[in-house]
Amino acid sequence: MSSRSLEILLLAVLVLTAAGCAAKGHADAPARPSRTLRVCADPNNLPFTNQKLEGFENKLADLVARDLHATVRYTWWPQRRGFIRNTLKAGTCDVVLAIPSSFELALATRPYYRSTYVFVYRKDRGIHVRSFDDPALKKLRIGVQMIGDDGNNSPPAHALASRGIIDNVAGYTVYGDYSQPNPPARIVEAVAKGEVDVAVVWGPLAGYFAPRQRVPLEIVPVSPQIDMPFLPFVFDISMGVRRGDAKLQAELDQVLERRRPEIDALLDRYGVPRV
Amino acid sequence: MRSSTDSFFLRKKGIFWFAALSLVLTLGGCRTRTEAQDQETPAPSAARSAALSGARIAVPAAGQDDGQWLMPAKNYASTRYSELSQINAQNVRNLKAAWTFSTGNTRGHEAAPLVVGSTMYVVAPFPNYLYALDLTNPGSTKWVYKPPVNPAAQGVACCDHVNRGAAYANGKIFYNTLDAQTVAVDAETGQEVWRTPVGDINRGESITMAPLVVKDKVLVGNSGGEFGVRGWLTALNAQTGEIAWRAYSTGPDDEVLIGPGFKPFYAMDRGKDLGVKSWPPGAWKTGGGTVWGWISYDPELNLIYYGTGNPGPWNPDQRPGDNKWTCGIFARDADTGQARWFYQIGPHDLYDYDGINELVLLDLNVGGQMRKVLVRPERNGYVYVMDRATGEVLSATPFVHVTVSTGVDLKTGHMNEVLAKKTGVGKVVREICPAAPGAKDWQPSAFSPRTGLLYLPHNNLCMDFEGVEANYIAGTPFVGANVQMYPGPGGHRGEFTAWDLMAGKPRWKVIERFPAWSGALVTAGDVVFYGTMDGWFKALDARTGQELWKFKTGSGIIGQPITYRGPDGKQYVAILSGVGGWSGAIVAGDLDPRDGTAALGFVNAMRDLPQYTTKGGMLYVFALP
Repeated sequence: MSSRSLEILLLAVLVLTAAGCAAKGHADAPARPSRTLRVCADPNNLPFTNQKLEGFENKLADLVARDLHATVRYTWWPQRRGFIRNTLKAGTCDVVLAIPSSFELALATRPYYRSTYVFVYRKDRGIHVRSFDDPALKKLRIGVQMIGDDGNNSPPAHALASRGIIDNVAGYTVYGDYSQPNPPARIVEAVAKGEVDVAVVWGPLAGYFAPRQRVPLEIVPVSPQIDMPFLPFVFDISMGVRRGDAKLQAELDQVLERRRPEIDALLDRYGVPRV
Repeated sequence: MRSSTDSFFLRKKGIFWFAALSLVLTLGGCRTRTEAQDQETPAPSAARSAALSGARIAVPAAGQDDGQWLMPAKNYASTRYSELSQINAQNVRNLKAAWTFSTGNTRGHEAAPLVVGSTMYVVAPFPNYLYALDLTNPGSTKWVYKPPVNPAAQGVACCDHVNRGAAYANGKIFYNTLDAQTVAVDAETGQEVWRTPVGDINRGESITMAPLVVKDKVLVGNSGGEFGVRGWLTALNAQTGEIAWRAYSTGPDDEVLIGPGFKPFYAMDRGKDLGVKSWPPGAWKTGGGTVWGWISYDPELNLIYYGTGNPGPWNPDQRPGDNKWTCGIFARDADTGQARWFYQIGPHDLYDYDGINELVLLDLNVGGQMRKVLVRPERNGYVYVMDRATGEVLSATPFVHVTVSTGVDLKTGHMNEVLAKKTGVGKVVREICPAAPGAKDWQPSAFSPRTGLLYLPHNNLCMDFEGVEANYIAGTPFVGANVQMYPGPGGHRGEFTAWDLMAGKPRWKVIERFPAWSGALVTAGDVVFYGTMDGWFKALDARTGQELWKFKTGSGIIGQPITYRGPDGKQYVAILSGVGGWSGAIVAGDLDPRDGTAALGFVNAMRDLPQYTTKGGMLYVFALP
């Protein structure tokens, strides 16, 4: 069997597996929708998306589809290196639910939220860190997310290294163990368990998982928002379509504008910190 | 952002000062080879030709070449040299395609076929089918083994889904799957004998390398530095598939298999638990040093040799220290895995110079004395000649344009680095030569004892490390380095160089439009074979570099050529065509040529590849009429 037909088979299996849940997700959709919104998403990455359609981006997809009188059809693919290539560019879908607005591999819609990296720590530890320049960071155990060895890393990892804060920093791979639910969430759990005193993570991840820990956690946006010479901690997030698909982009832009209050309410429900 | 035209223009102004960089140390002494001695046939034995070239293969096959091809590197010395000479420099121009075979797979085909008796074995890219082809009935399939693989692997694994081949021993074919399993298949029946998960694809571990079988052990190493995994080499029992030992590339000595027998040549590699102490606390756990390249074996010293990949994470500021044992060469006891010596080629790597290239084991005349050496054409642009018993560097000579270093201090073993080329967050560094894939990536060289030349397929690429670019992984936005690669001096991207080991300089070289990303093969017929990314399979005169023959295959070539004696007594040459890999991702992965930073900046250097080739895996077998 060619790898191509294997891919198709794989997708078919995934779509079938997801089908039951998908039906539930569209209970309030029009009876006979005339179009399909083909979406690619990670099957295992709350609070963003999962195969049970529990993520806020899943809900966003429903919301947009309702507005377009469409139903959502998912193609599942882990959101890591090669994601856009194997999804949007391979033609298995027309929309991805989130990209940084300045992302070059896809055409971005207007941003639908702006969030920030945040410090996460236990409320019972007497920690009050708000800035990378807080001297307390030289002593606390700090968790950051690591991307890999090939020219990429998370902004907090860079910000701490440039301040000489190295020996007390623990790396948690952003990829995690994909056999576990929501692999990037381990770093927030590590704060609750006391493995680290402070974690610096992307806002939506913290906003969702922090309230679900057994101990109360504090979430504080990092400062500065942009470290010198150019290291941003604040990102605009858009939906993404294939480069050149300006028609769909314009359509989605209108929906995002029209549904702004509902989208904001959705983001609030999931605790997405916004700036 | 800088356009490729600008870069190209700048590169043209560069001077080809390769020779000027040559180190003072010469190997030389008595270079007695003469150009006129190549007319004779049949081939002289390796031992006799040593007198001609001053170099001989350290571990020649016992007796005559039996015409088989049992491991990708042909022999434990990794020379990819065949004693077959039916096809030679005089008649190779008559070479014709004898038969072909389609793998039906469109990913990059980097594997070497194997030939055992009258059967050929081909491993295809993921999902890693193993084909047994009947050479008595060319092209017909005896059986296909389809390993049970995790279909999610291709979404989880990095890069293209390549496989670099299998190895044969004692009636079994051994190879690795992308989702980190090692399998043993009965060579006769195609039945699975055992299958062992050796890594965890869910944690980013994959395997692309070809195993090496030494005595009763199958040696296997992992890939996945891009995901922050910890590198290792593992030995499995060839009979049962049980893991006999595992040697990590980072961490405490007992996990690296460093004990009392560990005697590194240089002081910089000595000390207790350096795999822990040369890192910030705990950083070794995700420190990289993967083992995705080649292994060689010296039966006399009973040592195996292999290289370790670059350290993680990226941003060297976050991992102050030498980051042992990444970017270096290990010599280990073949039975126990205990380290004998280590040499760190690139302490605290800055440029993604994975140290995983091939190690060619030779006995070489160095300063009038025959020395047991290993030759390592390294990603950093230098050919290292080392004493393989002790780990001493005898010479390190640049074979491409190098801007990031000025040479190795042979007293300390340290590389003299150019500080101005140090990369960092938000910092723009231009003209980093060689680029991240190195002067030479995994593509293995070949050595002929008849010419004393090492045949190097390699790259001619530089890169700019500039600015930042938004990226997104698992719902997390971040900015990464914006890497743009472009041709080095001369404006071409690849070269095929015949490197004179005794003189420490090129004897001749062939310019290639694209990186020379295939392996090399050289024969006693004094013909050297390699393939190009635009799909030409070429035969050159091993002595002069003159092109004697070429054939346009269906897709770009990044595989490894082999030669064998067929059941009919004729000599054949075989190569897998099928572009892909890191350099060919623009074709195999349908990357967008407008996005120069795709495939870690490699697309910028490869924008025109789609005009020259399309994807698709096909085996080509050639013979004289």
